[in-house]
Amino acid sequence: MKIIVCVKQVPDTSGKVAVKPDGTLDRASMQTITNPDDLNAVEAALKLKDETGCEVIVVTMGPPPAEGMLRELLARGADRAVLISAREFGGSDTYATSQIIAAAIDHMGLENDDIVFCGRQAIDGDTAQVGPQIAEKLGLPQVTYAQDIKKDGDSLTIQRALEDGYMTIKVKTPCLITCIKELNEPRYMSVGGIYEAYEKPMEVYDYNLLKDNPLIDVNNIGLAGSPTNILISFTPPQKGAGQMLEGADQATCDKLAGILAEKHII
Amino acid sequence: MQNFDSSNVSAFKDVWVFCEQREGKLMPTDFELISEGRKLADELGVKLVGLLLGDNVEGLAKELGGYGADKVIVADDPRLGVYTTDAYTKVICDIIAEEKPEIFLIGATNIGRDLGPRCAARLHTGLCADCTHLDVDVANYQDFLRNNSVLAEERITKTDSAKVLGKPHDVAKDLKMTRPAFGGNLMATIICPRFRPSMATVRPGVLKKGAYDETKANAVEVVKAGFELTDADLQTEVVEVVKAAKKLVDLVGAEYVVSVGRGISSDVEGGIKIAEELAEVLGGVVGGSRAAIDSGWLSADHQVGQTGKTVHPKIYVALGISGAIQHKAGMQESECIIAVNKNAAAPIFEIADYGINGDLFKVGPMLIEAIKAAKAAK
Amino acid sequence: MEFKLSREQELVRKMVREFTENEIAPIAAETDRTSQYPAQTIDDLFRYGVMGMIVPKEYGGAGADDLSGAIAIEEISKACASTGDIVATHNGLCCGPIIAYGTEEQKQKYLPMLTKGRKVGAFCLTEADAGSDASKGTTTAVLDGDHYVLNGSKIFITNGYVADIFVVFAMTDPSKGTKGISAFIVEKDFPGFAVGKHEVKMGLHGSPTAEIIFQDCIVPKENLLGVEGKGFSIAMATLDGGRIGIAAQALGIAEGAYQEAMDFAKVRVQFGRPIAKFQNSQFVFADMYVGIEAGQLLTYKAAVAKMTQKRFTVEAATAKLFCSEMANKVTTKALQMCGGYGYTNDYPLERMMRDAKITEIYEGTSEIQRVVISGNILR
Repeated sequence: MKIIVCVKQVPDTSGKVAVKPDGTLDRASMQTITNPDDLNAVEAALKLKDETGCEVIVVTMGPPPAEGMLRELLARGADRAVLISAREFGGSDTYATSQIIAAAIDHMGLENDDIVFCGRQAIDGDTAQVGPQIAEKLGLPQVTYAQDIKKDGDSLTIQRALEDGYMTIKVKTPCLITCIKELNEPRYMSVGGIYEAYEKPMEVYDYNLLKDNPLIDVNNIGLAGSPTNILISFTPPQKGAGQMLEGADQATCDKLAGILAEKHII
Repeated sequence: MQNFDSSNVSAFKDVWVFCEQREGKLMPTDFELISEGRKLADELGVKLVGLLLGDNVEGLAKELGGYGADKVIVADDPRLGVYTTDAYTKVICDIIAEEKPEIFLIGATNIGRDLGPRCAARLHTGLCADCTHLDVDVANYQDFLRNNSVLAEERITKTDSAKVLGKPHDVAKDLKMTRPAFGGNLMATIICPRFRPSMATVRPGVLKKGAYDETKANAVEVVKAGFELTDADLQTEVVEVVKAAKKLVDLVGAEYVVSVGRGISSDVEGGIKIAEELAEVLGGVVGGSRAAIDSGWLSADHQVGQTGKTVHPKIYVALGISGAIQHKAGMQESECIIAVNKNAAAPIFEIADYGINGDLFKVGPMLIEAIKAAKAAK
Repeated sequence: MEFKLSREQELVRKMVREFTENEIAPIAAETDRTSQYPAQTIDDLFRYGVMGMIVPKEYGGAGADDLSGAIAIEEISKACASTGDIVATHNGLCCGPIIAYGTEEQKQKYLPMLTKGRKVGAFCLTEADAGSDASKGTTTAVLDGDHYVLNGSKIFITNGYVADIFVVFAMTDPSKGTKGISAFIVEKDFPGFAVGKHEVKMGLHGSPTAEIIFQDCIVPKENLLGVEGKGFSIAMATLDGGRIGIAAQALGIAEGAYQEAMDFAKVRVQFGRPIAKFQNSQFVFADMYVGIEAGQLLTYKAAVAKMTQKRFTVEAATAKLFCSEMANKVTTKALQMCGGYGYTNDYPLERMMRDAKITEIYEGTSEIQRVVISGNILR
């Protein structure tokens, strides 16, 4: 049994977000972190490893510096790492990305008792699309928004969060599960893990390795192969200085509620 | 799905909306999407079609017509009563492959965001997640940019064309899907120029629901979909659906925080009651300044500020809080700060987005009513 | 000379910083106010391998180097010097001498307990009338067949009432002065072992300090650490290492105070502008920064010296002397920067100032550091 966890290195949007004058993100000036939901996915995998002794593989697609993030996940307890990295993969949208990652997972070989974990969504794009799209490409059943996971043999019982409750879903392995922060409390790296992290295996999957995989159509990867294009990106108008509203009566309150409604913050 | 070619763009026509139902009831976001879909269909001069999946749900079609659907395609099957990824994806993709809509909108609910990407991958088309604004008409779109961005006019006028695979591409027929990214610090407009349908999941509560029209409701064309679905198509089993009261959100993760301070001292119970009601209306939690906690009015886990918690909600309402530096340290990163205080010189007004100089015991209840009304109107 | 941390050292810093920000900082004020030993935190630090991190892998530790060890203490002490003290004592003063002087049997028995076994360690040298002058200790150890019998008491023992394993110094031959001192590994369950008075201190309220009493305490002969009569040199060498930990602790306190003051000065508006815009504030920050930078370099240099040299007495004493005095200056200036707010316990500065004081006192006072340094350089 092995668990493959798909992770992404993202700019830390919780701090100050730097935007260049042309409206694109100034990634260079921002800290990178492991996508928060992905840490819940890693934790879910490590918990199952604690219970069953299974192997945990972390996989990411990104530029070579993403190795640093993978090493940190090895320091948390993952067993090995795969970095999918090639110039040809750059600019991929979710469709193209999921195709490449699915091919990488296919290359690793998915067996009957294996599980793929993903975070629900990444904080840079918030799309929540790559997980389900990997599942589709691999023909796996998917359960998204997992807030509780119980394993019993080859069957998983998962609470899938809804806006007003949850549904309990039974699914058999192999399957793909996307995780939300309510699922668990991610562990930290351990000192022992840190001193082992650089000794654990890390493989790089490049274009040549994956291009002939049956799940990949080389015309459908990278920027050119992505169905979506960015027409333009822009920053919303800056938050103006505060204002004192006139009066303190019902009309004042109605006006305020109107502004809030217009801004879609209520 | 055989012979389906998503790249044959000109073969696709009409705007479709996935109409999500749970327990046989339509979701509020369905009406928002139908209303928005109407606008887009009119801009394109095509039909608006609702796609409704469920178990014995044909009766819901009429209401969708009332909000603007010309036609509702109903897929009825006991296996479609409760949402499952497999059944819904199969039925929807099979129908889409047959009927070829050019736009397909889905509410960005927890279900819609499970379904959308799976369908888009199967159909080999683009999907834009969690959109907050949609346009087809270029002039309308550019007006939107003028009002909602800091882009220069010359950049805005150039948005009628995009470079696709290195060549200029006229976006007049493309759905322009706008969405926030990077925690709302950046907005992006996405197009899907080479494939159809152009798919979007749309954030609930953002688009406006239009007016209900009984004549249109009666005129809606209802079509039963033909599809094949067997138990073998289902890889997951829904054991139960549980309605649970939302877990008590902690202060740090709350999207709305209403805090009270020394200003409630004349009527502590009354002041807290106002804060609780306002928090409930907003869907948030109650916090307090150090004065409120040290006086024993609220327990320590409510404290916002230097010695308490640091919060960054969408809206922070400070009722009767002067805004000492210790308090500000815990809430100044809030997206929108509303302060109500009797003292016009209170420092809280320096960082408030909206200040009301008045008595919280009078303003509070009025604000509750105003927000209730504004929410009901949506 | 290359001023660059290893990949592992960088990750240790990142890991301990994250842990500290999320798990230690939120409870530091309460730990101080209630004088509660942070039991959950220490248990978690065992789980994550920070407690006992320098213990080699084969004995249950992480095999971390001494610079990583110093960095961990530094990061923890930024938020809570009490927790930093508990960890520094456990690692440097209990695990340290067992690693350096323990027999294979002692290491196999005690080091796994001090790591995976989650047992806390302590170090017992100081006595009521033997502080800086350790040669005047009156605790005795008399060999009686297969065991030693210990009598006497030790004071100001960090981790005193929470520890399970103690490295204890006692006179095996009082006639020989420092040459008559021997070291022992003592378990709290040994007959005749007792915990005495719990100290109430100016700072480090979360760090449990107690008197330890030996009344005909039976210590098996095989628990003699090193050879008989070599206890004093074991103590001094252990303190050389421990001083790097205290330097790191003082450094961390200073960094924490500096950051608090900076956060405050940037938002505190007086006379129409943030006080950080006034030149006096700017100069104070410059001074604090320089002190911290210098302290960090001395501390890391001492840690590297411990990793690479046989003797590092002067390096350790230099770092400890400088950092402890620097931390007292920085916390005082940082508190002053925050004015009346700094004096209240709404802000951590008054706690940091109280915590900083001890670093000039324990594991050798600043005066003793000067003795050590001058004794070595004036040879």
